[in-house]
Amino acid sequence: MATIIIPTPLRKFTNNTAKLEVKAGNIGDTIHQLTTNFPDLKKHLLDDKGQVRSFVNIFIGNDDIRNLQQEKTIVKEDTVISIIPAIAGGI
Amino acid sequence: MSLQDINFTKEELARYDRHIIIPEFGLESQKKLKAAKVLVIGSGGLGSPVLLYLAAAGVGTIGIVDFDVVDDSNLQRQVLFGINEIGKPKVEAAKRRLESLNPHVKLNLYNVHLNSQNALDIIKDYDVVADGTDNFPTRYLVNDASVLLNKPNVYASIFQFEGQVSVFNYINEKGERGPNYRDLYPTPPPPGLVPSCAEGGVLGVLPGIIGSLQALEVIKVITGVGETLSGRFFIFDALNFETRTFNIKPREDNPINGKNPTIKELIDYEQFCGMRAVEEKPVKEITVKELYQWQVEGKKFQLIDVREPHEYEIVNIGAELIPLATVLNNADRIDKDIDVVVHCKGGVRSAKAIRELEEKFGYKNLYNLKGGILAYIDQVQPELTKY
Repeated sequence: MATIIIPTPLRKFTNNTAKLEVKAGNIGDTIHQLTTNFPDLKKHLLDDKGQVRSFVNIFIGNDDIRNLQQEKTIVKEDTVISIIPAIAGGI
Repeated sequence: MSLQDINFTKEELARYDRHIIIPEFGLESQKKLKAAKVLVIGSGGLGSPVLLYLAAAGVGTIGIVDFDVVDDSNLQRQVLFGINEIGKPKVEAAKRRLESLNPHVKLNLYNVHLNSQNALDIIKDYDVVADGTDNFPTRYLVNDASVLLNKPNVYASIFQFEGQVSVFNYINEKGERGPNYRDLYPTPPPPGLVPSCAEGGVLGVLPGIIGSLQALEVIKVITGVGETLSGRFFIFDALNFETRTFNIKPREDNPINGKNPTIKELIDYEQFCGMRAVEEKPVKEITVKELYQWQVEGKKFQLIDVREPHEYEIVNIGAELIPLATVLNNADRIDKDIDVVVHCKGGVRSAKAIRELEEKFGYKNLYNLKGGILAYIDQVQPELTKY
């Protein structure tokens, strides 16, 4: 199973789980699995057209999927996926 | 000023001895620090360690931008300030503290709100920018101004237990320009979707850790010692103690410096971040004085609190608790026939709750409590706990 790391601001939509296991495939399928299991996550990850929102980055290993094959990027059994939304706090 | 013109007094050499004796750092790096001008935007959670370490390290000129005054809720993390500074402008309090730390540093104070009108003028005189602000419009403003002026922008951001650091718009010795904030996040989240630290909180020590990393990167950018985080994006999760460093690249569609740039000057960042759109959809409001009047008169109405349970525990004014995220699922608990006052801490989340309820269920009887429970405490029940 591949692993998805959920960032702090989104954990309230995953029953406070920081790491989830998902089936291998491609990243589009992975996101679909994730938003099916946790429907409240959907509006935070995807826009109305089902595209990953532009203030959310998805990294496979150390690389941004935008620099790989976007949603078609392959997710292997040992892949670690990180979801990193924009945060703006500083004070 | 060329490095040859930089000299140190005996006191300065003694002060910076632990830098100078590091072979990879040496007197030359110390001279670069003294020659450097760094603009620190925001002197709060991140700005505190950044300013303390840059002043201690001997950066020659430091500019500080902050329009805020010191508040007692700052002291949990803003280690620049003490109880004697409460109510005073942060830039002035910071100056006093930094001057007592290192009198060899020149400090320039900007007690202003950084905006599209003044940003270029303030930033242009500096070599490096350190962005420790707390909202998306200013993040994009600082980014764009830095790109337009060719300044490296050392970025850090925090939320609850998580921190991010990177170096944007860094031009390396080969003249190649690294990615900027718009390469990482092309557009900001819509207002209200990502909470601020004021709403979501932040563990006090986190800005200490992340701000120190930011100061480290400023020093590396100035001196050229080591490898900066340009082209990399660092994440720290304090809860699990996990760090990750991702690779980031310039995007061809970056609107400020991609293939076909469309942004050639600073824009209206409030509008860009959707702040104006929110103002276009006003909700009905009630002031705390009016609410108090209703209570005194014994008027029949419902009072709803959309904050989180832990906030309700700190202080409440007897409202029914329905946290914002659960409002739509609990609409059956919200009356349609009598007036309903909705409140949160300051009025932002309750306005959002009202918009969602009006849109989905067609409510027409909802009133947002202007200024939230904080205003109510200030004007009606000052004996209650503020947070």
